[in-house]
Amino acid sequence: MPERIIIVGAGPAGTRAARILAEAGLATVLLDEAAGNGGQIYRRQPPGFRRPYAALYGTEAGKAERLHAALDGFGGLIDHRTDTLVWSLDGRRLMLNTAGRADSLDFDRLILATGAMDRVIPLPGWTLPGVFALGGAQVALKHQACAVGAKTCFVGSSPLLPYVAYQYARAGAGVAGVVDTTPRSAKLGALPDLLAVPGVTARGLTYMAWLARHGIRYWHGATPLRVEGGEHVTALVFRTAGGAERRIDCDAVALGYGLKCEHQLADLAGCAFRFDSPTRQWVVAQDDAGRTSVDGLYVAGDGALIRGADAAELAGERAALALLADLGRPVDAARVAQIGRHLARIDRQRRGMDKAFAYPNHLAQSLADDVILCRCEAVTVGEVRRAVTEQGADDINRAKAFCRVGMGRCQGRVCGPAAADVVAAALGRPIEAAGRLRGQAPVKPVPVAVLAQAELGETQSA
Amino acid sequence: MSMAVTVPSGGGQLRRLGERDRPVVTITIDGAEHEALAGDTLLTALLTAGHRVRESEFGDGPRAGFCWMAACQDCWVWLADGRRVRACSTPVEPGLSVLTRPAAPGDA
Ligand SMILES: Cc1cc2nc3c(=O)[nH]c(=O)nc-3n(C[C@H](O)[C@H](O)[C@H](O)COP(=O)(O)OP(=O)(O)OC[C@H]3O[C@@H](n4cnc5c(N)ncnc54)[C@H](O)[C@@H]3O)c2cc1C
Ligand code: FES
Repeated sequence: MPERIIIVGAGPAGTRAARILAEAGLATVLLDEAAGNGGQIYRRQPPGFRRPYAALYGTEAGKAERLHAALDGFGGLIDHRTDTLVWSLDGRRLMLNTAGRADSLDFDRLILATGAMDRVIPLPGWTLPGVFALGGAQVALKHQACAVGAKTCFVGSSPLLPYVAYQYARAGAGVAGVVDTTPRSAKLGALPDLLAVPGVTARGLTYMAWLARHGIRYWHGATPLRVEGGEHVTALVFRTAGGAERRIDCDAVALGYGLKCEHQLADLAGCAFRFDSPTRQWVVAQDDAGRTSVDGLYVAGDGALIRGADAAELAGERAALALLADLGRPVDAARVAQIGRHLARIDRQRRGMDKAFAYPNHLAQSLADDVILCRCEAVTVGEVRRAVTEQGADDINRAKAFCRVGMGRCQGRVCGPAAADVVAAALGRPIEAAGRLRGQAPVKPVPVAVLAQAELGETQSA
Repeated sequence: MSMAVTVPSGGGQLRRLGERDRPVVTITIDGAEHEALAGDTLLTALLTAGHRVRESEFGDGPRAGFCWMAACQDCWVWLADGRRVRACSTPVEPGLSVLTRPAAPGDA
């Protein structure tokens, strides 16, 4: 019997992996909860929208078009199931929710290409309507042709910060300013690494120059203090690098401090993890081809390591080639080496990005006790601190048990990084020592009816 | 005359930047009619109409979604028929009736 191969995620990584395996004549099932392939960066607009590729994807329009077409003509080998959420993984079985219908699929080999989401650091007022994740503000624009406000303030530290501000201004949206927590000196210091991929860096500088030319203020080395507003956002208050307090009138805040891997399914599969210091987050332990500690399970793309769309495509191809090699199929060694060299260059450039847009963990550690940390359960920073100092929690999972931080509907996707920093600071230990929030099924909420159908299915097949 | 009022778009959180040339889809938000556009998600419809998606069940005020990509789960809303849906990943449909406030005190 041929091996059953499943790929989760039809972004750049998963799409490329499916295509490479199909070219080698292997059948795969490609699962994604979205309605079409493309993933985050090449996310498609809904039917009936008419903006051309160039308007939607800018300099990356050609890549988007190629990726969208990458599955065409391979329908016989690639079983692409859209609107299909993989909500659990149990041994070698995936539990699915296809538009409200429960299903399950068994696999022999699995490539997880589940992408990333925004990483945020809370601040006072961040639960007010009008505060959105930075990537979310971009989704509003790309997927819905909307700006998240009439005058949006961009806050955080991320290469997406100047980029999305630029996209907004270009699309005719009001931009109130860009408040970047990384000092200008750090950006200059990162230049040698950034120049490992000069094209990408030049593009980034172009966006900043464009903002400056159009009179949009960009503050480097700022400290966000609070979002103000009654029923919704009316201002952002921050401290400048020089120490002055400033208020920017705005009706929306787009907040982002880089990205974090979506790797809950790898966690359920029992994959080993390691702490990645440059990006300050836990990642699935993997070799340079994406093989994990679990036999037959591979990771690729931003769900494996945050390094952007071009690397995601290459990593998807690399994982597919590893899978082919592991099946004893012939693999082009020259291509493998070429991908390795290309990824090494991107990795060097990412090191530069991590310095130019550093993650300001001290911001989470110094939050006041009354700030809401966990949006789902409205758990405050003080409650998490007390779980450590008064109840004796010695890692993030114990703190979760004591005060419900990370226990809500999002499973700590949003509050996890900041919560870990608060716990680490309260323990007086490095962040790695605060541990890693464990994933749980369902990795995203599923209707009770789907859970019930799934249980019924289990009993029948038992 | 019916009690329903049509909420003009423009007073809400979001600003439309184009793609206005789509069929109108009329939905009901807290009993008032609102004109959304085909292809809008429920989150877009709610936030072009106003500034809220739901009330936090912990009493810390209104919420309006956060991530836009089905990850944060901040945008789950009640439909009048008793179903709960995630607004950012649910397309609008004609006649959809959504409640951003609990029906009765303590009902959240
Ligand atoms: C909101 C956002 C905006 C971004 N914008 C940019 C940008 O403008 N420029 C840039 O260079 N980079 C951007 N990025 C970074 C971007 O993630 C990567 O560069 C690129 O998209 C990574 O490709 P990928 O294939 O690894 O993952 P993704 O493109 O994220 O694709 C992952 C896919 O997996 C699916 N998926 C995940 N979990 C499940 C599951 N359990 N069941 C079913 N399907 C699942 C998702 O629906 C998604 O389609 C953005 C990231 C985010 C989160
Ligand atoms: S806005 Fe985050 S899940 Fe809908």
